[in-house]
Amino acid sequence: MSPDAPSPDRPEGMLSPFRALDLTDGAGALGGRVLADLGADVIKVEPAGGDSARGLGPFYQDQPHPERSLSWFALNANKRGITLELASGAGRALLLRLVERSDFVFESFPPGALAAWGLGFDRLRAVNPRLVLVSITPFGQTGPYAGYRATDIVAMALSGYMYLCGDADRPPVRISAPQAFLHAGADAAAAALIAHYERQSSGQGQWVDVSAQESLMGAMMNARPFWDLNQVNLQRSGPLRSGLANATHRRQTWPCREGSVAFAVTAGPTGARNMRGLLAWMAEEGAAPPALLHKDWDAFDMALAPQAEIDAIEDPVLAFFARHTPAELFHQALKRRVILYPVSTTADLLQDGQLAARAFWTRVEHPALGATLTYPGPFIRMSEATCGLRRPPPSIGQHNHEVYQGELGLSDAELRALAEAGVI
Amino acid sequence: MTVPFADIKVVDFSWVGVGPITARYLGDFGATVVRVESATRPETLRLTPPFAGEQPGLNRSGYFANYNCNKLGVTINLKHTLGPALARRLAAWADVAIESFTPGTMADLGLSYHELAQVNPGLIMLSTCNQGQTGPRASQPGFGTQLVSHAGFTWLTGWPDRTPTQPYAAYTDLIAPKLGAAAIAAALDYRRRSGRGQHLDLSQLEAGIQFLAAQVLDYTVNGRVAMRQGNRDDNWAPHGAYRCQGQDRFIALAVTCEPEWQALAQAVGEPWCDDARFQGAPGRLQHQDELDRLLEGWTSRWQAEELMLRLQHAGVPAGVVRSPEEIHSDPQLSHRGHFWYLQHPEIGRHAYDGPAFRLSRTPGDVRMPAPLLGQHNEQVFVGMLGLSDQEFVALLASGALE
Repeated sequence: MSPDAPSPDRPEGMLSPFRALDLTDGAGALGGRVLADLGADVIKVEPAGGDSARGLGPFYQDQPHPERSLSWFALNANKRGITLELASGAGRALLLRLVERSDFVFESFPPGALAAWGLGFDRLRAVNPRLVLVSITPFGQTGPYAGYRATDIVAMALSGYMYLCGDADRPPVRISAPQAFLHAGADAAAAALIAHYERQSSGQGQWVDVSAQESLMGAMMNARPFWDLNQVNLQRSGPLRSGLANATHRRQTWPCREGSVAFAVTAGPTGARNMRGLLAWMAEEGAAPPALLHKDWDAFDMALAPQAEIDAIEDPVLAFFARHTPAELFHQALKRRVILYPVSTTADLLQDGQLAARAFWTRVEHPALGATLTYPGPFIRMSEATCGLRRPPPSIGQHNHEVYQGELGLSDAELRALAEAGVI
Repeated sequence: MTVPFADIKVVDFSWVGVGPITARYLGDFGATVVRVESATRPETLRLTPPFAGEQPGLNRSGYFANYNCNKLGVTINLKHTLGPALARRLAAWADVAIESFTPGTMADLGLSYHELAQVNPGLIMLSTCNQGQTGPRASQPGFGTQLVSHAGFTWLTGWPDRTPTQPYAAYTDLIAPKLGAAAIAAALDYRRRSGRGQHLDLSQLEAGIQFLAAQVLDYTVNGRVAMRQGNRDDNWAPHGAYRCQGQDRFIALAVTCEPEWQALAQAVGEPWCDDARFQGAPGRLQHQDELDRLLEGWTSRWQAEELMLRLQHAGVPAGVVRSPEEIHSDPQLSHRGHFWYLQHPEIGRHAYDGPAFRLSRTPGDVRMPAPLLGQHNEQVFVGMLGLSDQEFVALLASGALE
């Protein structure tokens, strides 16, 4: 049995009985997207002019327009979309009617904003005691930084991860693709579903408070306990990594012909086979120093090796890689079961044979653009249900009629009046 | 107060990063998690620093400990003739099984989902590996420390005039667990409604690419290959990490709209802030080399912490680039109670990361330090699986628990 493609006898998604209202802006929109991918009906609720995150590029054909933001598409595909002005009393009343019919609400307003509108957790819970409210903010709902403004780079800095990234002789860097609120959004989805599982037995909802800063804490991996246990601050070191053994560093990014690859010298019970595989290959090309070929890789303890010994291993490997392209190295590594990957660009990923074989890339029709766009596919494969994209991101207010009339039962006249009043 | 996963039993056959971190999401919210390890081939992280007192030891790694608190620890040698049968008993006992071996390994041991589902049809099994359970490269061994490069993150980290530099450690190992935990929670809910277990296939590559979805679309739609750009941003300027007083001290700062620019300009109060070229994002983006130089001239006269307070007070997004040391005394994390200090038998009292979120009624906790290797063998095999004392002694003597 392989948990692979969807089949007709499986439900569209595991969460198909459930509905989420997604009030988030750019920060945290991934949370609702994950629930939508798992089958929930997720309704994006935007102000009348559209979510401000629609103003962020890149844009479809590089034309800035709220209906063409690719970064917005990426986080809001699979959702339906309605407009609703929460600043108006009529808008808030409508929201409460939707909350009655929903299982989750995601929001990313500054702490206290919902409550100031009279839409705090207590009010929402009064209309729907089962509701799971998920609040996504940079630092959480309370505390000295709760009111702080944060973009991606600010959250990356205050989480400690940035301190460890980049070249030693230049400032620390973030990853050049915003990450912080994706971590918060993915954690928001996990948290929402943990609360959901509990709610389905207790009948009681709860308020989930997600902090992007805390969502990023795990990225420091061993660097954080390194301070706690040894009072050592590991330092950013470009293509090298420290902290795998006391006081030495190892290369992890290796320049080669026309690119770079990722590889690590390994030894011992879990690493010897990897090294022997590489050396056999180097030997075939006359590039393996005898000292390395005859080294007892099973017994060699990287943790105890002095830097000079590590350098004496890495230098000939570096010279060998310099003779080959990333594609050649990856091809041979796969054949020889050596753990090596190319440093891929997005273009390389679209060419990747494994992703193609798993039919990862998903084409989504965008009728409004008259185009079909290729998106990343499912984040997981499930044997009982389909995970992945079923619909394009909504245009602004696309599902107003469907939701307000079809589900709340508003009349044409009521809907017109709300539109004229600027509520929707 | 009920605990979300009070009734959920998890057997965690996984190792290193993704699997153990995923299992922690369940353990942190009340599940009983049994972590299965080999004493013959100890898990990589038990052998990886930092070690308490800088003294290596199988029970002394803070790296291992942080991912394995809230778990009971048992040892099974799956290569011993009696090993797989014992593992099968654990899978029969469990609601959730997690494994992260190279695909094919569990099947070779007679522990594939198909075989385990025969003894436990309601089992939810998460299999996670670098590139997924199917496809031509499924059986390629790999670790997150290299996969992060294949997934596109290394290319996007560093400076455009230099070779790329991998973001620290196994970055994709932080992504997959969040999505895997969400899927497991959904699968548990689905099982309660349908009575059906299932197999989940979590490719760490496919999970990682979700975090580059906008960059993927920019390529598939516009043909543009995203490039690392230091700390710059396509939409906003100024945007970067700027030097402050002291050795290697930086403040990260971003101006995302005109009110924030005006707030920054007022805080700086130098004549260049009025330069017409810097009014409006397009002008600032176009002239950001000069803008960055002028701004750093100002920030470098400030203490980073003091400057963050001043800029945040003025309404400018700004934050100190915190070191691992500073993280442990960060006022916000302290307020949140992010770190849980527990007494570990060999490491002593040390800090565990708590959950990244609070649930108002069932907040989650860190109850148990990481297990010593095989610490809970008797408690789990006799107390929970119901082996007799004789059976347990026989297993011990056989070497199946090595």
